[in-house]
Amino acid sequence: MINIWEVNETNKMIEQENLDVRTITLGISLLDCIDSDLEQLNRNIYKKITDTAAKLVETGEEIERDYCIPVVNKRISVTPVALVGQAACKTPEDFVTIARTLDRAAKEVGVNFIGGYSALVSKGMTKGDEHLIRSIPKALSVTERVCSSVNVGSTKTGIDMDAVKLMGEIVLQTAEYTKENDSLGCAKLVIFCNAPDDNPFMAGAFHGVTEADAIINVGVSGPGVVKKSLERVRGENFETLCETIKKTAFKITRVGQLVAQEASRRMGIPFGIIDLSLAPTPAVGDSVAEILEEIGLEYAGAPGTTAALALLNDQVKKGGIMASSYVGGLSGAFIPVSEDQGMIDAVEAGALTLEKLEAMTCVCSVGLDMIAIPGDVPPSAISGIIADEMAIGMINQKTTAVRLIPVIGKKIGETVEFGGLLGHAPVMPVNRYGCEAFISRGGRIPAPIHSFKN
Amino acid sequence: MDKKADRTIITVVGKDTVGIIAGVCTYLAENGINVLDISQTIVQGFFNMMMIVDMNGAAKPFGQCAKELEQVGEKIGVSIKCQREEIFNKMHRI
Repeated sequence: MINIWEVNETNKMIEQENLDVRTITLGISLLDCIDSDLEQLNRNIYKKITDTAAKLVETGEEIERDYCIPVVNKRISVTPVALVGQAACKTPEDFVTIARTLDRAAKEVGVNFIGGYSALVSKGMTKGDEHLIRSIPKALSVTERVCSSVNVGSTKTGIDMDAVKLMGEIVLQTAEYTKENDSLGCAKLVIFCNAPDDNPFMAGAFHGVTEADAIINVGVSGPGVVKKSLERVRGENFETLCETIKKTAFKITRVGQLVAQEASRRMGIPFGIIDLSLAPTPAVGDSVAEILEEIGLEYAGAPGTTAALALLNDQVKKGGIMASSYVGGLSGAFIPVSEDQGMIDAVEAGALTLEKLEAMTCVCSVGLDMIAIPGDVPPSAISGIIADEMAIGMINQKTTAVRLIPVIGKKIGETVEFGGLLGHAPVMPVNRYGCEAFISRGGRIPAPIHSFKN
Repeated sequence: MDKKADRTIITVVGKDTVGIIAGVCTYLAENGINVLDISQTIVQGFFNMMMIVDMNGAAKPFGQCAKELEQVGEKIGVSIKCQREEIFNKMHRI
């Protein structure tokens, strides 16, 4: 039988160490909403989402109450809208009507984000894909809760450099369209390589076409719990360090598994996956960078950071895999700059640069995340950064992503406030040398070889 | 739902005073909640109690009992928390 010390340990994690379930994300297929009439399509989408997700928020709140564990976000992901909308949308403007419908449906059911305003163009773009991509700046500026993502490459297909070039322009336009709010629109736009179909985390969540009609995916969190448990093994060797991370990850993930199964049972919707990510928030004590410091670095970004992050990421997976029946999504440690106080401190101290962040993304999920850069960089520079990150994902057979925020009107060293879970970020310098000729070549980077690994 | 899945853990934490257990147990008795196990210690001067209870015969739904127990706690000056047992079983048992 459970004893008082075990009960106290769990409650201490929840009350003092920020253990929470970061998100219950309900994936909804919109494939059966497709219609060549735009108005009918919008009606179908609204109905499908509001019917399927009617009990989502209520169920999340019930689970919170029954177990006294915070379920921070209840969210929805849908089939990539480029697929759903192609038959009806003849212009980017047509796609914006779908974004408005998604926003309205999200507000109706009470979720804070809805993901899936997306296009999958890892090998090439259809006319419809291009319309959707070109509609992103407007769509993100006229909606509140819609999140967008574009998959521009994969290990199997290579990288669509036409899409990479276009996305550099789209990111800047999105920044321009939302410049009144520190270019906040860009915080809701992710560019992927090897995007997973079952990712519950925003802004990159969408409901892949390989998925069932509706599915519950859960993202756990708990950097604070890992940090606290590592404080108890200060100075011990790597074996002890790794064992401690594994055991803690196991416990955190088991809570996610319970919440996912309960949500699935109560809503009568199948359980998909648990995403084993350590997702930080700007709250003190809820930071991945602080774990790296606890492992022995003065700041995130110091020499040794990539190795420390690699072991952290791997041990989290090892501990989490056994705790859950199905693991998927992004599953790793997130290193967003603005959403992690330790990362912000490291940038402000001059310890962490864009180049070091890029190196770190080679060994963890998910990529260059929530990084503010000056708003006057050329689109080709953004495309170049995207191409670099996509290449890391393509060659290493992993998911990588880019969520950069070129802040219009702000210079290096100034601070941008996004508020809430999105936090704040210092504007970081970008290498000022050009890559225009590289980006404007056009075409694709071929798929990589799958043997002779070095 | 089977009987075991309906077991609830009640934790009571706060400054030690007269009548904490009496106060909590009176509420449980009045509402048809059966106590299966109690353990209690004092940690650094703080009263710390865990009860395993069976709410199958409870007169009120879980959410209401949890809220009312919280209010009972406020009156005594301790914090009372009601959680379904599975969260602890999941975390601490393979």
